Amino acid sequence: MIDIRDLDVRFAANHVLRGVSFRVAPGETFGLVGESGSGKSTVLRAVAGLVTEWTGRIAVDGKPLGGKRDRAFYRLVQMVFQDPYGSLHPRQTVDRILSEPLAVHGFTDADARIPRALEEVALPRAARFRYPHQLSGGQRQRVAIARALIADPRVLLLDEPTSALDVSVQAEVLNLLADLRAARGLTCILVSHNLAVVAHLCGRLAVMQGGRIVEELDEASLRAGRAAHPHTRDLIRLSRDLEEA
Amino acid sequence: MSTALLAGEPLVAVRNLHVDFSSATGVTQAVRGVSFAIGREKLGIVGESGSGKSVTGRALMGLLPGSARVRADVLRFGTTDILHASEREMRGLRGGRIGLILQDPKYSLNPVVTAGAQIAEALRAHSRLGRREARDAAMALLESVQIRDPRRVHDAYPHELSGGMGQRVMIAMMLAPNPELLIADEPTSALDASVQAEILRLIEELVDSRGMALMLISHDLPLVSRFCDRVAVMYAGQVMEELPAADLHRATHAYTRGLLECLPSLSEKRERLATLRRDPAWLAPRS
Ligand SMILES: Nc1ncnc2c1ncn2[C@@H]1O[C@H](COP(=O)(O)OP(=O)(O)O)[C@@H](O)[C@H]1O
Ligand SMILES: Nc1ncnc2c1ncn2[C@@H]1O[C@H](COP(=O)(O)OP(=O)(O)O)[C@@H](O)[C@H]1O
Ligand SMILES: [Mg+2]
Ligand SMILES: [Mg+2]
Repeated sequence: MIDIRDLDVRFAANHVLRGVSFRVAPGETFGLVGESGSGKSTVLRAVAGLVTEWTGRIAVDGKPLGGKRDRAFYRLVQMVFQDPYGSLHPRQTVDRILSEPLAVHGFTDADARIPRALEEVALPRAARFRYPHQLSGGQRQRVAIARALIADPRVLLLDEPTSALDVSVQAEVLNLLADLRAARGLTCILVSHNLAVVAHLCGRLAVMQGGRIVEELDEASLRAGRAAHPHTRDLIRLSRDLEEA
Repeated sequence: MSTALLAGEPLVAVRNLHVDFSSATGVTQAVRGVSFAIGREKLGIVGESGSGKSVTGRALMGLLPGSARVRADVLRFGTTDILHASEREMRGLRGGRIGLILQDPKYSLNPVVTAGAQIAEALRAHSRLGRREARDAAMALLESVQIRDPRRVHDAYPHELSGGMGQRVMIAMMLAPNPELLIADEPTSALDASVQAEILRLIEELVDSRGMALMLISHDLPLVSRFCDRVAVMYAGQVMEELPAADLHRATHAYTRGLLECLPSLSEKRERLATLRRDPAWLAPRS
């Protein structure tokens, strides 16, 4: 479903991605982990068309992409960011936030879709006419997920979707993502610095360092600590150290 | 005024602390009857966001805004009664005997002053050092927070430092007056896992080697229990339970258990994560 080959990105003198390659099969959730600054978000942003200066190959659903993305692309691919507060317009009600993608993609059944979308992410009906600041952090992230899903995309790019949330709310959002993925057969890329979160949702993952993928492994190897690269082993050790405390 | 602390008395004593915020829309009871003591040890304060952790720490430093109403049977640091201390006494505590480390060094460091100059300034505010001596002492502090090239960092402006480096500078600055208590409020929440562990290990080492007390505030239960001696778990302005960090997995309160159980695990696969069921009984006043 997603095929990335030799992806290279430079911001002026800063060589941020150096030949990143991986593939994600339809219905699969692929994880990207690594320390901050390693380039995880840049990978997602290049796929989403938010970074336009890149070289290499990005193909989604068999179609190679250029620098610009058209409307059809955003019907297919949507993105959810870490900070639900920053990514929702503060002066728009939830209703307005959810109506926009529907209007863009020519849906005419907003009145049926919006209540359904709210129900799907377990938000109360009353949330429809509230503003982002009148919602809790977890509710805001649900709105961001509802917005991403309302026009029925097939690919979801998730950038640290639970890092700003309390663990109690994180559990609800992770369960929600698992349910939605199963119900809709979504293909996802999940960026997170939390290995336990990645192991929970992803069947396979890649470890990034300094703009490169240093290792790709599956969930079972990750859980068992069967990692070849020292950086991966460091990350696993840190994560276990905390779990065993 | 300042009599010596009796032997066996803890450095910090808080009994039945209440903090209310009044606004046009009503009163928020941010802290409702919190009690704890800190000796030469590491106390963790954990709980979800909004549970009153930061307000508790700020009450101890006398750093709450005018809209806050603070009451307590006891609110004491050393021999200072914080509720009745003069502003001058409080200034002596803040940035003197108590150091505060916040989540984002960007907000705590002055953006137009180099790291070294800020540390030197903190040093000179508390001891009569000449410029030259202050510079040397600042360099020594940068080394003590394990900065490999202290010279470069000394002359760098805050925006030129990475998150982890900025946090080290912040810690160096807080160490300048040789505080007895360090309050670290989500000191690593903006950092990624590997840097987080480095910074906490550094704090742990400094606290142990200098015989300081630590109050580590965080929403991250496993992290806090890893680095503290005791943990107080807060919910809706109250301490639900306090226990030795090593006994966290034996926590008895349903709230603490709930927080632990909803964590995804790396070592074992969980099909579905448990979610927290909030029992209204947790809100009832406990004392
Ligand atoms: N728009 C941009 N302009 C310049 N540099 C950027 C930009 N976005 C990211 N970078 C740099 O690219 C590198 C990788 O960033 P990022 O992909 O956000 O890493 P991660 O998500 O793994 O933390 C960092 O050094 C960052 O400073
Ligand atoms: N300056 C303030 N004015 C009004 N309410 C406040 C203020 N500071 C904190 N609160 C409220 O007090 C409660 C506890 O906040 P806080 O101690 O910051 O929580 P946390 O446990 O996340 O650190 C929250 O409901 C918060 O909204
Ligand atoms: Mg990122
Ligand atoms: Mg706080």
